[in-house]
Amino acid sequence: MAAQSSNVIEIRGLVNRFGPQVLHDGLDLDVRRGEVLGVVGGSGTGKSVLLRTIIGLNRPAAGDIRVLGRLTRELDDEAWRKLQTRWGVLFQNGALFSSLTVAENIQAPMRERGDLPPELMEELAGLKIKLVGLPVEAGGKYPSQLSGGMKKRAGLARALALDPEILFLDEPTAGLDPIGAADFDQLIRSLQQSLGLTVVMITHDLDSLVTICDRIAVLVDKKVKVGTLDELMRDTHPWIQSYFHGPRARAAGIVVG
Amino acid sequence: MADQPGWIKLVQGPDGAELRAGGAWIVEHAAALDRLIAETAKAAPPKGLDLAEVTLLDSAGAWLLARATSQGEAGAVPWLNLAAEFQPLAERVLAAGPKVTPERPRPRTFVDWVADVGEGAEEVFSETLDLVAFFGEFVLALGRVILRPRRFRWKPLLVHIEQTGINALPIVGLISFLVGVVLAYQGADQLRRFGAQIFTVNMVGVSVLREMGILLTAIVVAGRSGSAFTAQIGTMQVSEEVDALRTMGLDPMEVLAIPRVAALVISLPLLTFFADLMGLLGGGVMCVLLVDITFSQYLGLLNNAVTATHFWVGMVKAPVFAILIALVGCFEGLRVSGSAESVGKMTTRSVVEGIFLVIIFDALFSVLFSILSI
Repeated sequence: MAAQSSNVIEIRGLVNRFGPQVLHDGLDLDVRRGEVLGVVGGSGTGKSVLLRTIIGLNRPAAGDIRVLGRLTRELDDEAWRKLQTRWGVLFQNGALFSSLTVAENIQAPMRERGDLPPELMEELAGLKIKLVGLPVEAGGKYPSQLSGGMKKRAGLARALALDPEILFLDEPTAGLDPIGAADFDQLIRSLQQSLGLTVVMITHDLDSLVTICDRIAVLVDKKVKVGTLDELMRDTHPWIQSYFHGPRARAAGIVVG
Repeated sequence: MADQPGWIKLVQGPDGAELRAGGAWIVEHAAALDRLIAETAKAAPPKGLDLAEVTLLDSAGAWLLARATSQGEAGAVPWLNLAAEFQPLAERVLAAGPKVTPERPRPRTFVDWVADVGEGAEEVFSETLDLVAFFGEFVLALGRVILRPRRFRWKPLLVHIEQTGINALPIVGLISFLVGVVLAYQGADQLRRFGAQIFTVNMVGVSVLREMGILLTAIVVAGRSGSAFTAQIGTMQVSEEVDALRTMGLDPMEVLAIPRVAALVISLPLLTFFADLMGLLGGGVMCVLLVDITFSQYLGLLNNAVTATHFWVGMVKAPVFAILIALVGCFEGLRVSGSAESVGKMTTRSVVEGIFLVIIFDALFSVLFSILSI
């Protein structure tokens, strides 16, 4: 494969600004192969914008983004499309196409490739449905017939449709009840291990950070600070301090006492 | 190294046949691999599948291999020598079980088609009832507002008058002008054969004032404002704004429907008046060019040809059409259910139903006027 480097994503000097407001200013970030990286930050610090910039929905004002060894801004349409098949994205509310059934939703990216026989696509869609822990019958249902948690799983199945190497998740556990959220965390972890995925997840869920993230990237002062939970706990930045030592962190069992 | 596409073949060993697979078994090559598996002879069940040479494996590849070796069924062919790094993936895929294909919807039969017709008819019936009920609710809400005029919302009324009336002036004016032109042109052409060209003026005057002005305006407004009402209210429905209104004890009918209906009842007659003027102007321009009269002669003839009755016959329909269009627009908007798709569906429906009702009522008015000999 092209990228033998241990970093699947390398961001250097990223600048994002909207009008006079600067969101990211010289942001550097590396995502290592096979890790689960949690991205946290206060509201309006540009977590979603960072994710959208990596996947090409937002053009940065400056900076280099290398995904799987390819410099994204230099790619032509063809190469870009090829690169896009190597990652999957789960949007916050699943972003399932409401006019298609779950199985058709999962087949949508496969159809885009154009060369897979229909029976195989159906079988693979069924396989993904099983992999994310949905019952097979869910494949014939429309998104409006699913609960919030099932929508997320279906969205995850679609993100996995083409067996991507990188999985981007935007607040995967938001809106789920604590049991559903814990299940979803475990699902992500086990899929990550069995399918050999690299996962980048935006999250507000401290439980997710503790249970499944290998490293955490904190967006502060228009840059990121990356480290393991233990490293960040010792960080002296006031926002990080209050984030990891607040009452909710205590409830999540990060801080004892 | 790893990019060599996957392969599978049947090898005859000393103690029976064995399948051997290698290369990259990944979704990128899935179509080719699927064909390859179909081609690999399965004369005698092989004693195993040797996966030692597989360099890359993803869930699609694992699935293809699982299917080729009937995993999870009787007579499954065991997998051998799979690299340790792919073990978790293989386990995961095999755990999904052999039956993963979701049920395909049953093909449609003639009976389904007949059932569809029946359902459609029933839906039309129940929707008509709902619309009548909605009208009733509207009248009740209107009664409440009239009894307590303070509750009337003036600002949205003005906003909607601007959006449905003033902003529609250019398009309504242009269409009416052009229809006046077309009427006069066609009329002059036909009437010339009888030497009755001069009656073109009568024809333009009567048809624009009685029918064309109001009908065209109503159709344009149904397409422009009826759809806008549905889309606005429908979007509010999707984002749960309508529910929020209800929770605050505000009646959506009072807050959303009444200002819109009232605005259209005010702006549609005004638009119709404007459309009448533009239609007569377009007809006049054409008469001057084709019938050899001056514009002041045209006005004189027009004055003789039409009476105030003709004008009022057209005008009296305007508020009725306004109520129909606005009510249907609000009704369909409030019927939007959760999804974005349903906003689009209901908007289309609102325009079609609006125009349909306008034309039905126009026909009813014609019958009424002919009974009254107006």
